[in-house]
Amino acid sequence: MLYREAGQFKTSYAADQQIFPILQDRVGIAVIAAIALGVLPLVATEYLTTTILIPFLVMSIAAIGLNILTGYAGQLSLGTGGFMATGAFAAYKLSTAFPDLNIVFVFLGSGVITAFVGVLFGIPSLRIKGFYLAVATLAAQFFLLWLFNKVPWFTNYSSSGVISAPPRAIFGDIMVTGSSAHYTAKYLFLLVFVGFLALAAKNLTRCHLGRAWMAIRDMDIAAEIIGIKPLQTKLSAFAISSFYCGIAGAAWAFIYTGSVEPLAFSIEISFKVLFMVIIGGLGSILGSFLGAGFMVLLPVILTNAPHILGLNIPVDMISHLEYMIFGALIIFFLIVEPHGLARLWQIGKEKLRLWPFPY
Amino acid sequence: MSSTAVSAASGSDAFTADGRHKIGGVILSVQNISLSFGGVRALTNISFDVRQHEILAIIGPNGAGKSSMLNVINGFYHPQEGKVIHKGQERKRMRPFMAARAGIARTFQNIALFKGMSALDNIMTGRNTMMKSGVLAQAFYLGRARKEETEHREFCEKIIDFLEIEAVRKTPVGRLPYGLQKRVELGRALAAQPEILLLDEPMAGMNLEEKEDMCRFILDVNKEFGTTIVLIEHDMGVVMDISDRVVVLDYGRKLADGTPDEVRANQDVIDAYLGGGH
Amino acid sequence: MDFLYNFFISPFVQIADSPLFFVEVLTGGLLSGVMYSLVALGFVLIFKASGVFNFAQGAMVLFAALFFAGFIDKGVPWWGSLILTIGVMVLLAMTIERVVLRPLVNQPHIILFMATIGVTYFLDGFGQTVWGSSVRVLDIGLPQTPLEIGGVLVNKFDIIAAVVAGSLVAVLAVFFQKTRVGRALRAVADDHQAALSVGIPLKTIWAIVWTVAGLVGLVAGVMWGSKLGVQFSLAMVALKALPVLILGGFTSVPGAIIGGLIIGAGEKVAEVYWADAIGGGIEDWFAYMLALVFLLFRPQGLFGDKIIERV
Repeated sequence: MLYREAGQFKTSYAADQQIFPILQDRVGIAVIAAIALGVLPLVATEYLTTTILIPFLVMSIAAIGLNILTGYAGQLSLGTGGFMATGAFAAYKLSTAFPDLNIVFVFLGSGVITAFVGVLFGIPSLRIKGFYLAVATLAAQFFLLWLFNKVPWFTNYSSSGVISAPPRAIFGDIMVTGSSAHYTAKYLFLLVFVGFLALAAKNLTRCHLGRAWMAIRDMDIAAEIIGIKPLQTKLSAFAISSFYCGIAGAAWAFIYTGSVEPLAFSIEISFKVLFMVIIGGLGSILGSFLGAGFMVLLPVILTNAPHILGLNIPVDMISHLEYMIFGALIIFFLIVEPHGLARLWQIGKEKLRLWPFPY
Repeated sequence: MSSTAVSAASGSDAFTADGRHKIGGVILSVQNISLSFGGVRALTNISFDVRQHEILAIIGPNGAGKSSMLNVINGFYHPQEGKVIHKGQERKRMRPFMAARAGIARTFQNIALFKGMSALDNIMTGRNTMMKSGVLAQAFYLGRARKEETEHREFCEKIIDFLEIEAVRKTPVGRLPYGLQKRVELGRALAAQPEILLLDEPMAGMNLEEKEDMCRFILDVNKEFGTTIVLIEHDMGVVMDISDRVVVLDYGRKLADGTPDEVRANQDVIDAYLGGGH
Repeated sequence: MDFLYNFFISPFVQIADSPLFFVEVLTGGLLSGVMYSLVALGFVLIFKASGVFNFAQGAMVLFAALFFAGFIDKGVPWWGSLILTIGVMVLLAMTIERVVLRPLVNQPHIILFMATIGVTYFLDGFGQTVWGSSVRVLDIGLPQTPLEIGGVLVNKFDIIAAVVAGSLVAVLAVFFQKTRVGRALRAVADDHQAALSVGIPLKTIWAIVWTVAGLVGLVAGVMWGSKLGVQFSLAMVALKALPVLILGGFTSVPGAIIGGLIIGAGEKVAEVYWADAIGGGIEDWFAYMLALVFLLFRPQGLFGDKIIERV
């Protein structure tokens, strides 16, 4: 009863083509935005902000990126970690080479550089498909990490191979990166960025580019026969997906951890982002957020659970158990809802249309 | 949908008494096409013409090479011998998307819709080649992208009205019944406003009522837009009723080519194909 | 210029200078490639029979090696450990079929693939919870000494590995071609639904395939374990088997063998002759690049059928 579109008539196609055509959705998103922008910065502790909120936002960007490639364009990729590393190192090189460059442009620039790298590794996708392509993207993962490890130029010849985010400010004096930045400033800066990126992704996926991606995903041969150029479409997906992953990597290095080595973007990260996309829901921007939230919270809960339960388990045992439970939960989740959290939300909405009077 | 623009431009003598576009000159000609897959011959030395505004049926038993013929026409298969001449120009080896951009659309024997997308989105993909707004414009839904989306949406809504699928426009096509999926697929092909429409068994597996609807749609498309139609069909009644000319294939060879009456009278055709059923 | 010289000229000069050494490197590479083939074989078996891209094959290798080495450390004789580990692997296969595959039947491939990554995490965690994460030495008496054949030095261990892999393939070939279960397996590989419709019990077949893949994993685990010691990094050998797969084709047993040989030889040669020019540590990615270049020319893999696309 409370949530339904009945009575909300659309008198123009433009009105019907809004992102949230239903009033309740618009109210809902406004409330979420108000909480994220207005309430959380005031009440969230440093622990909550730095261990949950910021990594959640960073991983959301990566999940949106991979979702564009895998969920919308149907190209399975295991190279996310490599592309994130590219973004992190590109941001580092950009900000140290041009110290006056605004941090916003540093991030965007690192995304653009990563997009080029993504296109390079996307070229084989014209000839190879499915799992063959997935394995091929592992080449990107391993090669890129090796490159950043081996070539000292990328770390400005630092002996440890670790890069540290230089302090940068926006609006003149509000520090958003580096050790002196306040966690709330970092969070808000990232939040605004994520907002714009999510909006852009949603728009792209509902315009003709997004339809071309989905057409290639659902049936590449038919897509080509109705005039969609396969190579161009696939490469555009690789480019835009890598753009997002690159920004996610830059945000990881500059805002989340502050300093980073190539190893941080190992294949584990690639798998994690893929899990986010699948658990959240393939082909859903909302799902990318839900999946990222799930995957960021799960380890935090697993790590703290024995402590809360008062169990005394040796540390290395805990990490093994974490692995086990993590694996089991993934399988459990895939069995219960293979279409992801976004589908659950969809089903919930359908139920809400009738609730509380189901007859 | 309106055909006023077309009729105003071409004048009244371009139409027959019942309002159809008069059949014009040869728009597409296949000449001496031979196609084989690793030694298996699918098509042998096939030639025929397709004339502007006509409805041409290709018939023949299963495995006669009908679908392969359509695949050659829209550039999906590359014949070893022979050539395809489209609007007076010999076509070079090309990719299928080029045929689409040259005004050749098609539907498939086994429905080839984009299952994860809604009926409306499927039809909108048919207009993708006409949409030009850039990535940034799309990302922020700026003027051009917004205008384009709305304009093309309007056109697609006309097709949706025409095919009577308004009620399911936002349903993912994977959930639609077979007959409706066939309609959506036709809609997707129509959205591209093709000059030549290739239909591969548009009525396979349909009941009588659905077949009648589909025939009506095909005839209306031909009448209103003057779209040249090449269709493959097994139902002889339908073929004889709606087509202007018929090409008969058997084991990759052409048996006959002519008006329905001529084909019906052809002894080879009777022996090879019609004879068994009548 | 230095780089160009080191990359394009110097390696070939070295090869020409000492062809015997090159043969030695090549043989060493081929023989270690056999080890990759062993892991790839497990992947191929499962992919053929169920279309599942089983990422957990590497974890199964580690799992089997952990249990085998663990039993031996507990004082069980090697044959007893072997029997116990076989039991464990059969149990594992049946559990995976029951708990993971059966509820996910008819789901898209990517979901099953993700589930096997979940299995990977689970097995890695479970194996180490039971047996701990310290490195175990697995000595089943295989010699590590070099052997000289016609002036070329070859590691005896590698030869034994090659013989083991060869016999394994022979046994599998007979199993697939000659037995009733093998025929059913091939039918299932071709088309699940058609196989079901003629009364082939899909569940049993899957359990059998996963068991066989588990046993192949056990052999691989014992071989790798005695070469490198039983430790967590064994799970990573799976990552080495992936380029072998795309080279040989996901469904081809001979492809897995030949692919392994090519990757092994290519990697070794590149490591010895080209590592100086482009910096060390190339073994992480070289195999992938090699496979990728290969795929660009033959997208269906070495032994895959030519793809004829239909609409």
